[in-house]
Amino acid sequence: MDQFFQIIFSSEFGYGVLRVTTPILFATLGALISDKAGVINIALEGIMLISALAGVIFSAMTQSAFFGLFMAVIFGALTGFSLGYFSLNLKTDVILAAIAINFIASGGTVFVLFLVAGDKGISSSLASKVLPKVNIPGIENIPGLGPVLSGHNILTYIAFLSVFIIWFFLYKTPLGLRIRAVGENEHAASSVGISVVKTRYIALVLSGVMAGFGGAYMSMGYVSWFSRDMTAGRGFIALAAEAMGGAHPVGGMLTSLLFGFFDALSNSLQLLKIPFEFVSMIPYLATVIGLVIYTVQKTKQAKRILEQEKT
Amino acid sequence: MNKSQRVFEVSRTLLAILISLFLAMIIIFLVSETPGKALWLFLFGPLDSLRHFGNVLELMIPLLFTGLAISVMFSASQFNLGAEGAFFIGAIGASFIAVNWHLPPVIHPVVAILWGGLLGSLFCGLPGFMKVKWGSSELVSSLMFNYIAFFFGLYLINYFLRDVNAGAMVSYPFQKSARLIKLVPRTRIHFGIIIAAVMVIITTYFMYRTRWGYRIRVLGRNERFAGYAGINTNSAILLSQVLGGFIAGIGGSIEVLGLYRRFTWQLLPGYGWTGIIVAILARNNPAYIPVAAFFLAYMRIGADIMSRSTDVQNEFVAIIQGIMILLIAADSFLAGYRHKMVVKEARKTQSGGAA
Repeated sequence: MDQFFQIIFSSEFGYGVLRVTTPILFATLGALISDKAGVINIALEGIMLISALAGVIFSAMTQSAFFGLFMAVIFGALTGFSLGYFSLNLKTDVILAAIAINFIASGGTVFVLFLVAGDKGISSSLASKVLPKVNIPGIENIPGLGPVLSGHNILTYIAFLSVFIIWFFLYKTPLGLRIRAVGENEHAASSVGISVVKTRYIALVLSGVMAGFGGAYMSMGYVSWFSRDMTAGRGFIALAAEAMGGAHPVGGMLTSLLFGFFDALSNSLQLLKIPFEFVSMIPYLATVIGLVIYTVQKTKQAKRILEQEKT
Repeated sequence: MNKSQRVFEVSRTLLAILISLFLAMIIIFLVSETPGKALWLFLFGPLDSLRHFGNVLELMIPLLFTGLAISVMFSASQFNLGAEGAFFIGAIGASFIAVNWHLPPVIHPVVAILWGGLLGSLFCGLPGFMKVKWGSSELVSSLMFNYIAFFFGLYLINYFLRDVNAGAMVSYPFQKSARLIKLVPRTRIHFGIIIAAVMVIITTYFMYRTRWGYRIRVLGRNERFAGYAGINTNSAILLSQVLGGFIAGIGGSIEVLGLYRRFTWQLLPGYGWTGIIVAILARNNPAYIPVAAFFLAYMRIGADIMSRSTDVQNEFVAIIQGIMILLIAADSFLAGYRHKMVVKEARKTQSGGAA
């Protein structure tokens, strides 16, 4: 047990939490934008995979990490757009369309990986680039806190910055208001002249952009290669994190950190002699428990409001 | 649905399949050095020997079960994706009984399969329970449960059933009495295909000829209407999820007892996901599940045969399958024609009524 607390209170662990939170946070923000527009985006998982591969391929091609990141985000946006095309124009059920995109992503990335790298498992034969790490002057030198907060991949900082940007976008800009209006009540929104389809397109593309950042981080920051199905359900965990975070950017950030904590814990606990199968289960189990607590809380709240209205 | 509409739906599905196959052809011609050979093997490889055709039928068995399971769960408009985990956990449950218990031949597999089915129904019932009780999204919770089932199942196998002398991560061998008999010599087609056929008939009967099946379908069409009509929507939702899980669970049990001598999976087999495509192709109608399962199994085996002797990788099937779902589930795909047809029919009946 002592060993356990030593692990948790070490600065390496704190650093690790932020490191593993990053992709979940990006995906959670992606889930948030589309949810605000009234669309459940379960294609986040597939979008992250596609972007992760795009980042590796284009950074290897041009030898520029930032061009790889740029293309990863573009591919994320395009995939979000195609989800919009199928669900909004062709009227495919958005969940089925997203399942289809996840299929295409899971098989298609392996297919393309084999074409460009000659391997079905990992992209190590490609000389892909990694996005730089940033040391923050000032904070860097604070004992205890410095090693936790400084020296992260640039995308980690962008992720936490995005929380604020997305909050500002959704709550302080006209477009954000339109997105929320469409999600709240699409008939009311369209009656005052908001194009529901166009607004949802924008939301899905932005959702794809966020997942694109998350994917790029997976293959160009978290690790320096692409491997098959490397997102391992993070896109799905993000959906739970978004719901538990009360569909608010800051709430989403806190729940993402919670999942990041459990994810980091499962990485660290492998040092202790706990069966790896149990340890790997932790993030998913935490998600389910969190989801139950959140929804129980919400039903109680709804009941209370209902009773108040009666009296 | 009247006859001409049904004809329309079938031809629409066929057109979607044709477009996807055409795309498959384009992909093959783009990436392959020997496109003719690759295409030939993909389309006709499964027919070139009894063994290959046997492979198609072997693969069809799990797809029948997961396809049926998902068609029942989706019929209630519940996006429970737990069939994958139910299939896996069912297989694990059956393996425990097949290894540890000593029972007479016919009874042994029956007990093992029913146990697997029971675990499966609990597994898919849980997201359904959380949905009706607290309103948690069954989609998210079932996805998480799949991962939990996977890691927990591996733990059970590796710590309680692992054969340390086997040299790989596998369980102890199953008792002979637990294994399902093979039906066709020189293939691995097993008794499971008969159980699957019976399940198709029972499920079709249940969904279209019984009160509960009707309730589930009404609920799936419109939950509010079902509530007004006096249907207990919560119990109908739960029933559909439990039933779906049961079918997926016995599917997993039958798969391990029919094809293997030990439990050998180190990954989720993915049949739950493919089952979604099966159910979509069959329009959630259990009676069409066999056609859809056969088609997908044929395509998979064709791709496997192709990838073994050409330079095209079998993963491209996933791309084709994805496009197929997108087109078939797209309501607006060819909607103009349907609209014209409905208008024409309406005119006809109207003038018929006036005369």
